[in-house]
Amino acid sequence: MAKNDLQGALDLLILKTLWQLGSMHGYGIVMHIRRVSDELLIVEEGSLYPALHRMEQHGWVRASWAITDYGRNAKWYALTRAGREQLASREKNWAQVVKGVDAILRFA
Amino acid sequence: MALFRRILMLGRRAHLKDEIDAELREHMQMCIDDNVASGMTRDQAERDARRRFGNPTVMRESVSAEDAALGIESLWHDVRRALRVFAKSPGFSLVVVSTLALGIGANTAIFELLDAIRLRALPITKPGELVELRIVGGNHGFGVTNGPFDNFTVPMWQEVKDHHDPLSGIFAWRRNDVLIGKPTESRHVYGLEVSGDFFSVLGFAPWQGRLIEPQDIAECRLTKVVASYSFWKSRMAGEPITANTTIVAEGRSVQVLGVAPPTFFGMVVGDRFDLAYPTCVPPTPRRENFVYSVMGRLKPGWSLKQASDYFYALSPGLFEKTAPDGYSAEALKAFRAFRLGAYPAGAGVSTLRDQYDDSLTILLAISGLVLLIACANLANLMLARASMKKREVAIRMALGASRGRILRQILLESALLAACGAVLGAAIAQPLSRALVTSLDTSQNTIHLTIVADWRVMLFAAAAATATCLLCATVPAMRSTNTDPVASMQLGERGIVGNRERFSLQRTMVIAQIAVSMVLLVGALLFVRSYRNLLTVNPGMRESGISIGYFGFPPARNKPEALAAYKRQLVDDVRALPGIENATATTNVPLSGSSWGHTIQMGSLEGPSRFTYVSPTYFATLGIPLLTGRNFTERDTIDAPLVLIVNRAFIRKYIADGSPIGKQVHVLPEPQYPERTYQIIGTIPDTKYWDLRENSQPIAFVPIDQFPVTAQGPGTALMFASPNPAVAQQAVRRMFEEKQPGTMMQFYNFQQGILDNLVGDRMMARLSGFFGILAGLLVAVGLYGMLSYFLAQRRGEIGIRMALGASRGRVIGSMLRDASIMLLVGLVVGTTLAVLAGRGASTMLFGLNPWDAATLASAAVLLGIVTLASSLLPAWKAANVDPITCIRVE
Repeated sequence: MAKNDLQGALDLLILKTLWQLGSMHGYGIVMHIRRVSDELLIVEEGSLYPALHRMEQHGWVRASWAITDYGRNAKWYALTRAGREQLASREKNWAQVVKGVDAILRFA
Repeated sequence: MALFRRILMLGRRAHLKDEIDAELREHMQMCIDDNVASGMTRDQAERDARRRFGNPTVMRESVSAEDAALGIESLWHDVRRALRVFAKSPGFSLVVVSTLALGIGANTAIFELLDAIRLRALPITKPGELVELRIVGGNHGFGVTNGPFDNFTVPMWQEVKDHHDPLSGIFAWRRNDVLIGKPTESRHVYGLEVSGDFFSVLGFAPWQGRLIEPQDIAECRLTKVVASYSFWKSRMAGEPITANTTIVAEGRSVQVLGVAPPTFFGMVVGDRFDLAYPTCVPPTPRRENFVYSVMGRLKPGWSLKQASDYFYALSPGLFEKTAPDGYSAEALKAFRAFRLGAYPAGAGVSTLRDQYDDSLTILLAISGLVLLIACANLANLMLARASMKKREVAIRMALGASRGRILRQILLESALLAACGAVLGAAIAQPLSRALVTSLDTSQNTIHLTIVADWRVMLFAAAAATATCLLCATVPAMRSTNTDPVASMQLGERGIVGNRERFSLQRTMVIAQIAVSMVLLVGALLFVRSYRNLLTVNPGMRESGISIGYFGFPPARNKPEALAAYKRQLVDDVRALPGIENATATTNVPLSGSSWGHTIQMGSLEGPSRFTYVSPTYFATLGIPLLTGRNFTERDTIDAPLVLIVNRAFIRKYIADGSPIGKQVHVLPEPQYPERTYQIIGTIPDTKYWDLRENSQPIAFVPIDQFPVTAQGPGTALMFASPNPAVAQQAVRRMFEEKQPGTMMQFYNFQQGILDNLVGDRMMARLSGFFGILAGLLVAVGLYGMLSYFLAQRRGEIGIRMALGASRGRVIGSMLRDASIMLLVGLVVGTTLAVLAGRGASTMLFGLNPWDAATLASAAVLLGIVTLASSLLPAWKAANVDPITCIRVE
C-alpha cells in the first residue's frame, strides 16, 4: 500500500527539485517546478514554505542564507543525507500510487 | 533528535521569526523583480505579486506553526493575550476565579475537618484490630459516670482483664487532670491514666527513656509519669531523659520515665495529653463509679462479631460478681442485666464526633451544593462569553487565524481562569479548615486537631470546576469556528430573533441554580433562626452577671460533719463582699452539662428526678420566683424535717391532683445517699437543667444543710451575682487567699458557659448563612450574565419592536417575564427539595420545623428580590436601546 498518497506529492516535488538543482531558495523552487512542468504544476507559496520548514525540522533539508544572482539575500535549501533517502522512498511510493491510480482509470 | 533541536532553538525564537519574515519578504521581492523584468510596471508587478502570494498573516502563521519552538513562543503570546482579556473584563474574571476558589476551598476545608474528626485512624499499627468494650446501650445513668468515655468500673475492669480470649492484649485508660508545679503556682495539665499494657498493645515505642510497663502498676500514689512529646518539648525544654529526671506533680517530685512519640496525641480525637501515669488498684474501689475506657487488640482469626458474642456470654457472671452495694433490688436487677459488646475503636474515641458529625455532614452537603451552583454559574458565564465571542472569532478567522489557534486560545483562557481559581481554592482550604476548628473552640476548651491537606478532594473539586470551564468554553467555540465566517459576521451576536432553543440549556441551568439556592437559603435561615431561638430562649433563671466558682478545700481541714456549717459560712462571707449582690452554694450548676439525680417514689408512681442541694439564697441569686409555698430558711438543717422545693415539670409528672404542698416524696437509697422521705414545701416554675434544647424535666431542690453527711466532699460550687463578674471573681479570690490559703479555685462566667455550649449551633448558623449568601450572590451573577447575554442576542429584535412603537414598559415587561418564569419554576422545585432535605436536619433545629412556613416564605421572597434585582438592570438597558443605532448596525 502506498503511503502518504497524493498529499505527499508536494514533498516529492520539492525534494526532487532540490536533488536536481543541488541547492535553491523558495522562489527558485516555485519557478523551477513551474518551468519544468510547462506551467502545468503551480506550487502555491502558502504550501511551499510550511513544507520547507517542516522538512527542515525533520532534517531532510538544511538551509543557509546566501546572495542570489540578482543580488537578493535569500534562504537556500539543500538536501541532506536523510533527505536523499526520503526522496528515494518517496519516488518508489509515487510510482506505486501512479500504478494504482492508472489501474483504476483503465478499469472498464 | 528533532525535539532536541527545537528546544535548542528556543533561545533563538525572536531571530527565527525575523528569519521567516525576511524569507517571505525576499520571496515577494524576487517575484516583483521577475514581473518587472517581464515588462510590467512597478505597480502592476507589486499587485500581481501580492495576489499570487495570498494572505501574508496566514502564511506566516502556518509557517511558524511548523516550528515547535515558535509554538511555545506563541503559547506565551496567547497567555499574555488572555491576561490582557482578563484585565479588560475584570468583573467577569473576578467572578469566575472567586466562584471557583470558594467552591473548591470550602469543599476541601470541610472535608478535611470531617476527615480529621471522623475518618482518620489512630496513628497505631493495624488500627483496624483495635476494639473498645462497652455496655450495650450504655449504663442508663446507673451509678456515677465521670466522663463520656468512662464505661467500666474498677471491679469490671479487673474481671475482664483476666477473661479476654478474643483479644491478644487489653488495656484500660481514662482522662484525669494532673496538678503540676509548686503549690503556690500549680496548674492543671491533661493527664492520661493508663494500665500496664497500654503502650505495648497500641504498639508505641518510646521517643526517649521508656514507656509505662506492667511492673509500674503499684501504689495509688503518683510516682512515675511519661511525658507527651509536646509537653517534653515545651515544659521540659526537650532535655534528655535520665534516671534522675523528675518533675513536681501532685505536690511531690515524681520520676519521668520517658517520652511518648510525637504522633501519639492520646486516645481522644480533638484532645491531647501532657502526662501519662500508671493506674492502680485502690484497696476499696467504689463499685458504682464508672471510670475506665477498656480497649484491646483482636487476635488474628477473631471477627468483631465473634468477640462481641464472647463478651456478651461473659457478661452475666461478670455483672453478678461486680454488682455494687447500697442499691435497691430493682436497680441491681438492671445492673445485672447489662451486657458487654465489642465496638471498633481504630479511629479513637471522640465527643467531637458525636457532637459535630451531623453538622459536618450537612455542611459538606451544603458546600457540595455551592460547588454545584458555582459550576452551573461558570457554565453559564462561559457559554454566554463564548457566544459573545462568535463575532470576534469570525473576524479573526477572516483575518487568517487558523481554527486550531483560536481554539487553543479559548481553551487557554478558560484553563487559566480555572487554574487561578484552583490555586486560590487550594490556598484558602487550609486556613479555612483551621478557622473552622478555632470557631469550635470555647472559652474553656481548645480543640487540638491536625488538619491534613487532602489532595484527593481538592483535585476532585478542581477537576470538576475545570472540566466545566473547559467544556463550556470549548464546545461553543468549536461550533463557531466551524461556521462560515462571512455568515457569522453578518449575523454575529445580533440575529434578528433570539432562538429560544439555543437558550434552553442556559435557562435550565438558571432554574437549577435558583432551585439549589432555595435549598441553601432555607437551610441558612433555618439554622440562623434556630440559633437565634437558642440565644433568646428563656432558661427560667438569670444568666447575666452570674459567676461560678469551684473551690477545693485543703484536705483534712474539715471533718465531714462540720462541712455543712463551713459552706454556710462561705456563702455568708461571699455575700458580705462589696459589689456582690447575692451568693449561693449548690451541688450542681445548671446548664453546665453535669447532672445528679435520684429515683423517687410518690404513691404508686416511681421514676427519676434531678436533685440539687442549694442554699436558701439560690432562688434569689438566680432570680427564680417562688410560685407557691415557702423558701428554705436557715432553720431547715439536717436535724429539722427534710424538705423539698420542686418545679412544674415535677408536679406534672408525679402529682396528678391537689396542691403539691405537704406531699411526701420517697427517695430510694444509693451508695452514700441513704433512703429518705421529704415533704414538699414550695414550688417554682420550670427551669432548664441540662441544656437549652431540652424540654423541662422534673427537678427537686433540697436545702444544702440537709445534704447527706456521707456524701460530703472537700469542695463546693458557689454561684454569685454581681454587676461586674470579673471584679467580683477577683474579690472572692482575694478573700479565699487571705482566709483559706491553699484553696483550689476556678471561676467561670455562667452566661459565657451557656454560649460555649451553643458553639456548634453558632458554627452551623454562621457557615450556612455564609453559604446561603454566597448562593444568592452566585444566582444574581448567573442571572445577570444570562439576561445580559440574552439582551445582546435580541438587540436587533428589540430595536425593531421599539421602532414599530413598542413602549419601554413592554420591553422591560418581556424581559422580566422571562426571569419571573424561571424564578417561579426554580422556587417550586427548590421548595420541594428543601422540604425533603430538611428532614435530615430536623434534630439539629431548636424551636422550629424544617418545613417552617415563615422560613420557606422568607427564603422565596429573598430569592425573588435577588432575581428581580439582578434582571432589572439588563431589562432597563434593553428598554434604553436606541432603535436607530440598533437597526443601522444591521
